[in-house]
Parts: sequence; C-alpha cells; structure tokens
Amino acid sequence: MELTLFLVGLIAATLRVATPLIFGTLGELFSERSGVLNLGIEGIMFLGAFTGFAVAAKTGSLWIGLLGAIVAGGLAGMLMALLSVRLGVNQHVSGLGITLLATGISLYSFRVIFGESKIPPSIEPFPMLPILPELHVLAPITNQYLLTYIGIAMIAVVWWVIGKTRFGLQIRAVGENPEAADAAGLNVYAIRTRALVIGGALMAVGGAFLTLAQLGSFTFGIIAGRGWVCIALIIFANWQSVNVLFGALIFGGVQALQLRLQTLGFKLPYELFLSLPYVVTIIALTLAGRNASAPSALLKAYRRE
Amino acid sequence: MHAVQMKGIVKRFADLTANDNIDFDLEQGEIHALLGENGAGKTTLMRILYGLYHADEGEMLINGTPAVIHSPKDAIRLGIGMVTQHFTLVPTLSVAENMVLGETGSITVNLPDVEKKVAAASERFGIPVKPQALIKHLSVGERQRVEILKALYHDARVLILDEPTAVLVPQEVEVLFDALVRLQNEGLSVIFISHHLNEVMEICDRITVLRDGHSVGTVRKVDTNLKQLANMMVGRENFGVTRQGQREKGRVELCIQGVHATDKKGLPSLKGVSLDVHQGEILGLAGVSGNGQAELSAVLCGTKKTTSGKVMVGDLNLTNAEPSAVCAAGVGRIPEDRYANMVGELSVAENLVLDQLDQFVNRGILDQEKIQENAKKLINEFQIKASPGDRVRTLSGGNMQKVMLARTLSQKPRVVIASQPTRGLDVGATDYVRTTLLEQRDNGAAVLLLSEDLEEIMALSDRIAVIYAGRIMGILPAQEATAEKLGLMMAGAPTLDRKGGVDAEI
Ligand SMILES: Nc1ncnc2c1ncn2[C@@H]1O[C@H](COP(=O)(O)OP(=O)(O)OP(=O)(O)O)[C@@H](O)[C@H]1O
Ligand SMILES: [Mg+2]
Repeated sequence: MELTLFLVGLIAATLRVATPLIFGTLGELFSERSGVLNLGIEGIMFLGAFTGFAVAAKTGSLWIGLLGAIVAGGLAGMLMALLSVRLGVNQHVSGLGITLLATGISLYSFRVIFGESKIPPSIEPFPMLPILPELHVLAPITNQYLLTYIGIAMIAVVWWVIGKTRFGLQIRAVGENPEAADAAGLNVYAIRTRALVIGGALMAVGGAFLTLAQLGSFTFGIIAGRGWVCIALIIFANWQSVNVLFGALIFGGVQALQLRLQTLGFKLPYELFLSLPYVVTIIALTLAGRNASAPSALLKAYRRE
Repeated sequence: MHAVQMKGIVKRFADLTANDNIDFDLEQGEIHALLGENGAGKTTLMRILYGLYHADEGEMLINGTPAVIHSPKDAIRLGIGMVTQHFTLVPTLSVAENMVLGETGSITVNLPDVEKKVAAASERFGIPVKPQALIKHLSVGERQRVEILKALYHDARVLILDEPTAVLVPQEVEVLFDALVRLQNEGLSVIFISHHLNEVMEICDRITVLRDGHSVGTVRKVDTNLKQLANMMVGRENFGVTRQGQREKGRVELCIQGVHATDKKGLPSLKGVSLDVHQGEILGLAGVSGNGQAELSAVLCGTKKTTSGKVMVGDLNLTNAEPSAVCAAGVGRIPEDRYANMVGELSVAENLVLDQLDQFVNRGILDQEKIQENAKKLINEFQIKASPGDRVRTLSGGNMQKVMLARTLSQKPRVVIASQPTRGLDVGATDYVRTTLLEQRDNGAAVLLLSEDLEEIMALSDRIAVIYAGRIMGILPAQEATAEKLGLMMAGAPTLDRKGGVDAEI
C-alpha cells in the first residue's frame, strides 16, 4: 500500500513537472523544424509566466491571463523572426538577446505593477479536474490540471500539423532546404515567421502553466532553466513530436523522484539531488543524440543572392 | 600485379541491392573506367573500397593481400585516395592546411614544410596549385586539383575519381587528362567514373560496366567501341536525339530586354542581355560556365533581382516577380543544381507537389490520396526508379533529375527554362530528357536551353545564342552554326550579324 501511494504520487508529480516542458519543447520544435534555433525560449517562458500572472491578477480571469501569455509569447516569437529571419542576425545572438530582453521586461514590469511588497502577490490558480472522487487511489494521477491534458493532446495536434497539413509540409521544406522551397514559390520568410510566432506562443503557455496552475504566484526564479532543458529535450526527441512526450516524462520523472528522495531524508547534499535530472538528461542525450538528425537548414539564415 | 581486387561484393540498402555480387580488379598502372546508368551502383562500389560504406558480403585484396577497410583512414593507409562527387575541402583554410587536416600525429603543424611538400608534389605530377591559396578563392577545377593532390600528398597509389569531369569545362578536362596520364606514367592506378563514353574511350585502358547492381563485364579499350559500350550499359546500341525538321515560328513567348544583374559579390554579371524565345522553338544559349548563365536563369525564375531591364512572358510583365508568380505565369524551370532544388529529406511524392500545393490541399490539410496518386502517375510517366515514399536524398542523380523534370513538365508550362538539364546523366536518361524537351517544343512551348555542352546545344536548338562575360555575343540559326563559329564566340569574339549584345561599352 505504501508503495502504491508512493508510485501514484510519483506519477502524478511527473505529469505536473512534464507539462511546462511539453509546451516549451513543442514550441521549440516548431521553430527548429522551420530552421531556426530559438534560444529565446528561457526568456519567453519567463515572459509567459509573468504576463499570465499579471493579466490574470488585474482582470481577475485566469483564461484572459492565459490569452495574455499567448499574445506575449507570439510577439516575442515575432521579434525573434524579425531579427533572425528578416534581418539575418546570427540565431544564437538573437535568441540569447530575446531571453535577456524578455526576462528584463518581465522583472521591470512586475516591479512597476506590483511594487515592492513583503508578501508576494498571489492569485487563485486553476483547479485540478475532479475526474475521479478525491479518495480514489488513482485520483492523484487522473485529477490533473486541464492544461496538462491540453499539453498531451497538443503533442498529437503538433504531429498532425507537421505531418499532415500544408503548413507542416511548408515548415519541413524551409527547414531542410530553403533555397529549393523559395524556388518552388514558397515564402521562406513568412513561413519561418509563422512557425516562430506559434512556437513562441506555446513556450509562453509552458511558462504560464507555472503561475496560473501550479503555483498561483510569480517568483523571479520560476523558470529555473526549464527553457534550456527543452532545448536538450528536442535533441533527445530527434525533432519528432511524439518523442517529446517520452523526453518530458523521463525528465519529469527523475525530477519528481529527486524531490521525493530528498523528503524521505536521504543523507546526501541536496545539490546532488537537484543536479540529478540534468545528469540524466545529459546521459539520455549522449545516448539518443548520436543518431540525431537535425533539420538540415537549422541555424542557417536564408538570404536570396 | 593487381593493385585492387574486389570479389563478390554485395551491398544492400533496406530492400534494394545496390551491388550484387560484383567482381572488380584494377591493375597496377592502368586507368580503369567504371561505366553504368544512373543508379547502377558505381558510387556505392567505390565508397566500399574507400571505407565509406561496408560491404555486406565479399572480400577485397590490396596489392594481393586481403584487406579490411573500416574507414577512409584505413583506405588512405593502404594507399587509396578518392575524390568524391561533392568536394570535402574547408573553404576558409589554405590548400596546405587542407592537406594536413586529417593528420593526428603531432601537435604542431610545420606549415612551410607542408607547403614545400605540396609544391613539390604539384610540380612532380604536373598539377598546378598554389599551396598558400585559400580554397574559397579557387575555381571548381582548381578545387578538384587540390582534392587530387591531397590524395597524392597522402601517398595514394590508387586514385578514385567519381565523375570528375561533370563539374569541369572542356579546357579543364584537358588539364585533368594530362595529369592523369602523368600519374599513370608514375605507376599509379586510376579508377575513373564518367557518363561520357568518348572521354572513357580517350583515356582509359579497361572498362567495367555495371547495370542494376550487377557487373556486365570488363573489356579492354582496344577491343571495344562506343556502340558496344552503350549496348552493355543500357541494352541498346543507338543513342542520341536530334531535332527533326524546321517548325513554323510562333509569336514571342519569352522576351528578355536589356537585363542587367550582379553576382554574389555584387559585381555586374549580366550587362544588357536581350533574347526573344518564340512559341515552339528551342533557343540554345551556349557559353562557358560563369559567364552569366546562372544569374540569367535566377533572374528568369524570380530568385534574383535585376538592376535594370525587363522580362515578359506573353503580355505579362514578370520583371522581378516572386517565384510563385513566375510559376503561376506558366514558366517551368529545370534547374542546374538538383541537390539545391529538391528537399532531400522530403519524399518523392512531397517534392512532386511542392510548387503547386494549392491543388493538393483541402482546407489546409494535405490530400494524401491525391498526392500519392499524382506521384504514382508521374513515376510511371517519367520512368522514375523510386516509390512515392522514398526520400529524394537516396535517389541516384538521374532519378532525381527525372523527379525535377516531372514536377516541372507536369504543369504544362508555356515557357521552359532548362539549365544543364543532362549534366551527370547517363546516355539513356540524357536521351529521355532531350526527347522530353523536344516534345515540349513540338507542343508549342518556348524553351530556353542553357548548356555548356555544344553537342547538346547543336542537337536540340532551332537558334543558338552565345553568352560571354554577361553579354550576348550573337545569335545564329541552327543551320549556320558550327562548332568552330560557336567556339570563337564563346571565347569572346563577336559576330557581326547582331549588334544587340555588343554594346558600345566594349
Ligand atoms: N545511403 C543510401 N541509402 C539508400 N539507398 C542508397 C544509398 N546510397 C545509394 N543508394 C541507392 O543505391 C543505388 C545505387 O546508387 P549509386 O549512387 O551507387 O549509383 P551510381 O551508379 O553512382 O549513379 P549516378 O551515376 O547517378 O551517380 C541507387 O538506387 C541509390 O538510390
Ligand atoms: Mg554516382
């Protein structure tokens, strides 16, 4: 019984931890499949977390908050597109620039809007869905936030969009060979821009999940490197949407386990536990990354001669 | 004495057998040609010898001793060097630096020493190359020489050249052949892959023909002739397609007026080009590569802006139009570089619809059934050896070109821009492409054929224009054109019968 409880709790926590990673990685997937590495992800998730929180706090509606995060993320994606696609700025430079800018704007706006108070402002977050009665053994697993379910469904949606729609085929074409796509009459700039905007919106939802669902408040260390983890997960997933689920669950699982081991009182420095998910990510990457095949045009700005 | 013996080589890719029990031997000091249609398995066999692929079955002997070749490193150690279809030089490094890139022996590199050695090798083998020059400043022909020299620098005794002449202009081919003969005199052995039977007959001692992954046989040059080789390759003796008869000229369909454009570096590369192409004619544009052909075809296809001038198709002004507009106006193009114009990671079926997605999409969703049907139909019609789901990357050169051709011509274009449409194709595929172009002409399309191959230009064109240094040197009706006249014009001597191209600027 004890073990069942432990496992149920572990699985439930795994899903919660995985949710923002799923959104973030899917967002990055859109960007990278179109040929743009978006290192702005860390900042855009932070921006999403902040905007979602601030808009929800001011309007009193969590859904409008979520919408605000989507809009902010989309705008950040558009800025990334302006820099890296239109102006052809190096993708590493523009991405890191976006991360710094988005983080800075969020911190500044937070101070302006909420001032310096001792007690951090908070909102009533999204409830968990009461799918099974509270006392059911499996309730912790099934009764998740709606956004977690949306995230998992989103994997299927992204798979479908990339594989089955015109837009998806266009994204794949410009990500693999923009010259050929251009010559075939596809608008490389427009397609990459759209992919980055959608990608930015998804990343921001990942961030907003933390403030609007999981925590109900905004702290400065809220993203804590999750964006960078997504960058690693996408390599682990070999740029395939379906694999994103496994990557996010593995990382989420180790993270959840790590927290539990700490509370069980294992006598080891807690920094060691904290580093565990990252160590596992690195190991998984080394194993999976060997036959990874990135989109051929990744990192290459497209310029007509 | 055999420098190389390959016995019973088998190589499978999934369910395709690219090499099926092939025997091949190379004697010391011979130049040995490997012939075969596109996709016959020539490159695959040589990649096995060079350690880039591993044979599923079979054994190899180098200088009579059994050898296991796991990687190019092993091959180099055994004295084998290969110049691949795509070069592997680092553009930002110098010739000498490229020579020692793969070396791991010492921590420091004594560059002056390397440069001296390179210069000595270049002298000895008669391959002119400057050791200090940066690769990015070298022409394609020079880069190829560096590749050869790199192999020689590593003491290669066997040199594999995969379609070396496909990227060269005729003068450079001569330089290459001189060098090969000198290597032969030094006792080196050369494996030479080419689709040009006359090149093979000029330079090789023995010829091995592959067909569908099998070896058809090895013959000595002195015992064979062009017809027999063609027969071994494709199973028929006659090849070659020529335009039949004169046609009534239709109205002007493609009109190019005083087009100016710049090249990558911003230097003027088109200096007032004017050409009219009529319905139902093929206008051949001859010229040594690098005289503005690439820029002209880019301008016509919408991927390059003109600095001045005008491009009309029928009554439509297409000057500086987007590629999609050019496509919609009925201009089809068969580009020179098929690798750059196909998305290798996408399937044959997907590549076939890439420039006409609107017809294969239902409210934003791809109509898979229609896309598959279209692919099956075109694969059948154009005799492409592939299935709809194959990634284009894995197709042989000839089949890739057929995919390109199918995509363009299935849209029944009014104007066809064909750049080097048969480069790297075997005789069978070449005939097929030429026949198709003639069909387009007979159906009333206006065809602009850009080619460096004079034989091709003279066989197909109704009229022949010559481009030199970004200007049209003159236009001749096909009946008046001779190789000598065209050759002179290609070297920059103007003719008198058209002043359009010869500006006052000269
Ligand atoms: N890496 C690969 N994966 C799958 N199939 C391959 C691969 N490389 C080659 N093939 C297939 O093997 C066959 C032989 O190819 P190969 O490149 O050896 O032909 P080739 O004789 O060199 O043709 P070409 O004259 O067009 O260069 C072709 O059908 C090709 O599609
Ligand atoms: Mg080949």
